[in-house]
Amino acid sequence: MSINLVIFSGLALVMVIAALFAVTSSKIMRATTLLLFVLFGTAGLYFMLHYAFLGAVQITVYAGGIVVLLIFAVLLLGKGSVDITQTSMRRYLAGTITALTGMITTIYLIITTDFSAGNFTATDVPMKQLGEALMGTEKYNYILPFEVMSVLLLACTVGAILIARKK
Amino acid sequence: MTDFNTIIEAIDSSLNSMMPHSAAVLVECILAAVCAIGAYLVFAIIMIYMERKVCAAFQCRVGPDRVGKWGILQVFSDVFKMLIKEIIDIKNSDRILYNLAPFLVVMSSLITFSCLPFARGLQVLDFNIGIFFIMAASSFGILGILLAGWSSNNKFSMIGAIRSGGQMISYELSMGLSILTLVVLSGSMQISELVEDQTRGWFIFRGHIPAVIAFIMYIISGNAETNRAPFDLPEAESELTAGFHTEYSGMGFGLFYVAEFMNMFIIAGIASTIFLGGWAPFYISGLDGFNEAMCWIPGIVWFLGKTFFVIWLLMWIRWTFPRLRIDQVLVLEWKYMVPIGLLNLLIMTICVVMGWTF
Repeated sequence: MSINLVIFSGLALVMVIAALFAVTSSKIMRATTLLLFVLFGTAGLYFMLHYAFLGAVQITVYAGGIVVLLIFAVLLLGKGSVDITQTSMRRYLAGTITALTGMITTIYLIITTDFSAGNFTATDVPMKQLGEALMGTEKYNYILPFEVMSVLLLACTVGAILIARKK
Repeated sequence: MTDFNTIIEAIDSSLNSMMPHSAAVLVECILAAVCAIGAYLVFAIIMIYMERKVCAAFQCRVGPDRVGKWGILQVFSDVFKMLIKEIIDIKNSDRILYNLAPFLVVMSSLITFSCLPFARGLQVLDFNIGIFFIMAASSFGILGILLAGWSSNNKFSMIGAIRSGGQMISYELSMGLSILTLVVLSGSMQISELVEDQTRGWFIFRGHIPAVIAFIMYIISGNAETNRAPFDLPEAESELTAGFHTEYSGMGFGLFYVAEFMNMFIIAGIASTIFLGGWAPFYISGLDGFNEAMCWIPGIVWFLGKTFFVIWLLMWIRWTFPRLRIDQVLVLEWKYMVPIGLLNLLIMTICVVMGWTF
């Protein structure tokens, strides 16, 4: 058994167990913390594939950003220890539909994509190449999404200030 | 200068000749982890002793001098005291998160610690996005503090954790901006390359005015990130007992304590790596004899010398300034540091584009 397979199995096991407990946990704070371990596992997979940049972004944005935001929201609402298992029928229905849609999409993608080892080469992408792709205007470059994202963030910031300053 | 790459390659090849490749990789991983944790603990012991002595010097005292010669065994007796303390179970607290929180904080600082370049080749993690990875790894330490504050079921802990969260998220911004300024100057994010580049002049001299501004900003935001005075509101003892770790006793408290000191070491280590040249010796172009003499001093001495100099600066700040109020802390960050940081980034970019750096 190669060492890559051992690492992958370890990460996958942690992710699956943490995800299961995150969904079934009755306390929102515990669920958030377990979600953190799922996100760490994903970052670990990226590092295994030598996508160090993507892995670092995963940790910064999700572990250092989204999860902190979630915990802050729970802390400010003061509902950290509230039991969240009792919900209405409508929510069950909406949750089931969302989960099924996500599952079908994922399974469809897994079946239709060719995952043979020859398609993949584990190489470090240099920072310069990433930066040029992000800022370039040619085909397969991302200047337009990047600018759209910054406009969206600006709108969010202005909205947040507006809400905070409401008299 | 000694190159640790040759030593590490020798260990690698001898291990590979003794056992199959995957076993050799496993043994190397364990060896690297043991060395990193060992160094982490040794530096923590040195830092705690140094803090007590430096604090005493600033307050015109002698400091610890009862246990061992000059009190050098003080830290060990402190650890012994912590080990024999009773671990208290807190009523209505979330036991799992309460016990997990200190480990998250230590994990974050240990991962960041293993990115520090102690000498040429003597570094555990060296990605091509090194500096960004350091920012990423240090960003989730805050989670441990928030969880500790919430799971303690104590209002003081909770207020401390929220203050700490707000402060650390804010100051991460100006810290990132000051690091980005230096990335613009060097054109690389890989830590080994950053230091190799500085063997022909440290960045703080080559980047002159914007680099000095970035260094001052980095020191201020580093102080805030480690929750130390004048930014120690999260554990302001006169109002909050001990902030987010009020309810921790024994080694739970010990882990927070060690992580706080090691975060200061890491802040100082990164400052010495990206501003003061890491293990690169002092270099003046033209003076070949002088440069030759400087190269005789090993890299690890340079790195530790610079790091402990920055630590001493941080301790000087800590024992000199009074504590800020929370609104002053946030005004300083959002109304002064961030605009100055953005402007400084622009100045540095103009300098690099026009070729006004050395």
